[in-house]
Amino acid sequence: MTDAPVASSGGGSTTAPGAPVLDVDPGIRTASSPKIAPWEERFTSYDVEAFEVPRGREEQWRFTPLRRLNGLHDGATADGEVAVTVRSGFGDSASDDLGGVRVEHVGRDDARIGDGGIPADRVAAQAWSAFPTATVVTVDQPRSDDEPLTVLLEGPGVGKTAYTHLQLRLEHQSEAVVVLDHRGSGTVAANLELVVGDGAKLLVVEVHDWADDAVFVGAQHLSVGRDATIRHTSVTLGGDLVRLSPTVNYRAPGGDVELDGLYFADGGQHLEQRLLVDHTATHCRSRVTYKGALQGAEGDKAAHTVWVGDVLIRKEAEGTDSYELNRNLLLTDNARADSVPNLEIETGEIAGAGHASATGRFDDEQLFYLMARGIPEAQARRLVVRGFFGEVIAKVRVPALRDRLEAAIEAELEAIGN
Amino acid sequence: MSTLEIRDLHVEVETESGPKEILRGVDLTVNSNETHAIMGPNGSGKSTLAYSIAGHPKYTVTRGEVLLDGENVLEMAVDERARAGLFLAMQYPVEVPGVSMSNFLRSAATAVRGEAPKVRHWVKEVKSAMTDLEIDPTFAERSVNEGFSGGEKKRHEVLQLSLLKPKFAVLDETDSGLDVDALRVVSKGVNDYKAQSDVGVLLITHYTRILRYIAPDRVHVFVNGRVAESGGPELAEELEANGYERFTSAAAEKEEQPA
Repeated sequence: MTDAPVASSGGGSTTAPGAPVLDVDPGIRTASSPKIAPWEERFTSYDVEAFEVPRGREEQWRFTPLRRLNGLHDGATADGEVAVTVRSGFGDSASDDLGGVRVEHVGRDDARIGDGGIPADRVAAQAWSAFPTATVVTVDQPRSDDEPLTVLLEGPGVGKTAYTHLQLRLEHQSEAVVVLDHRGSGTVAANLELVVGDGAKLLVVEVHDWADDAVFVGAQHLSVGRDATIRHTSVTLGGDLVRLSPTVNYRAPGGDVELDGLYFADGGQHLEQRLLVDHTATHCRSRVTYKGALQGAEGDKAAHTVWVGDVLIRKEAEGTDSYELNRNLLLTDNARADSVPNLEIETGEIAGAGHASATGRFDDEQLFYLMARGIPEAQARRLVVRGFFGEVIAKVRVPALRDRLEAAIEAELEAIGN
Repeated sequence: MSTLEIRDLHVEVETESGPKEILRGVDLTVNSNETHAIMGPNGSGKSTLAYSIAGHPKYTVTRGEVLLDGENVLEMAVDERARAGLFLAMQYPVEVPGVSMSNFLRSAATAVRGEAPKVRHWVKEVKSAMTDLEIDPTFAERSVNEGFSGGEKKRHEVLQLSLLKPKFAVLDETDSGLDVDALRVVSKGVNDYKAQSDVGVLLITHYTRILRYIAPDRVHVFVNGRVAESGGPELAEELEANGYERFTSAAAEKEEQPA
């Protein structure tokens, strides 16, 4: 990663081949500056018809290639289902003995559905209106870190469309490590509710390891109780188009949320992350660290990633401590990374707030340094990329998953002959 | 016994106003067990010489050759040069975030030695080399050069020298930015490696200070992209007393002569 980053705010920064490297101080907006997003009017509804069909000009949709959504934004009917399997453990050691964890399949009339949050865009509302049954996974006591829960979500298959709904509930003072493993083919829109009770602690890793044809649009609703902790890591590797929109709502003071992300886009892939951290309670903390690598082979369609990080510190959210960061590493010329950090602060009584965004090419000086010590070029590149993602991967508490992610990154690098 | 031979080396860099020639015909031969000091004013091309030998992509060789035991290293990739036995201690070592020093050292040693060092032996070897250079063991788990002070970076360059055991080492202003204590530690590291090997050293420096710790066999005055004068250690003493003026004005006069 170069130390001469492209950084910007509000209007966003785009780095494409040949773009000049700018060095802009990403300013912090205060209540007196023009609104950067219609926060107060952020519209939410369960009713799909309450949202206009997006045309592509809307702020929410301006980066997304709507044609590739296979109609998710325009009433596509489901002709398949997402298979949801919950197991204890991860990988080879997983078992069906869930201990005290409760798994229920319920309708949308279940009183708990919606505890996490309400859809804020048409695709999320569509998924809400169209899912066949919702899966509710409830943890009511602390589980050991060594016993992660794995939820496997499998796409409906090539050419099929499905809507799905999953809620993870952590009751007061409970703890769990959860892996959400997304695989398979097809077109899927989903809502995920993470409802974390007072004093509870959830470590969740969401892995998007889709087949090449898959289209996935997901809204993640994080609802944080008093003194609750969420560590959410999102890993996006596969799929033709993946768009994730995590929203953090603090229900009470003392919540502590870290959102980490890792995405790796190849030629033709569109990987989009749109985050909103809405600080509505006092003395809450948020940290956002997203890192992306892009590589489009020559002659291929460009690899494209989008990261939009909105942090809003409302007037009543005194004592907030917040920082967000996005870094993108362009491994080849045929790649485009959009990065838009937004920070809006409506109170002066905060503990800290900041943001940073940088997009750069592979640093030739790092490569030279490693090679000057005898390390062959391909290995030197792998070391640098592994180092770039290191801090995100280190936070994944499931060793077998960490190994799988490292292997997946190696495989990505080998794919274009690095 | 090895020889590093630089013959008529011409090197240019790309600038906003087109290519600019920095090295204008460098001739220099270093043998095993010899230490050559290259001294010159700022901008004379000393560092360009160092980076050109190592193969930095910024520099384009337009003429000449660099032979290591008769093999032209200019035809080798950067990593091949290192594996052939060349080492460059950089003036500004590069930070590589997320790559631990221990992972880096082991990767480099494996590449240069052609096989992975045995773990138990390796741990001991690194530990003892770090102790000699007064490097705190916690540095092994830190990212390569990240957040290191100037002195810490230079110590780590010499640590790599002692672990990678090159035939020829180019030390590019290893003394710059060091206080007396750090200079003493770094010089001792270089001298220890000299004592236990047949290394040939090309010591590039602006000041004579480091030559009090690392004794040169030959001293070359580098001006305007070439060697202006060569001599024994007494040449360094003259530079200490009189500076570079005699050489820079002579070079300027020479430039003005019609070709």
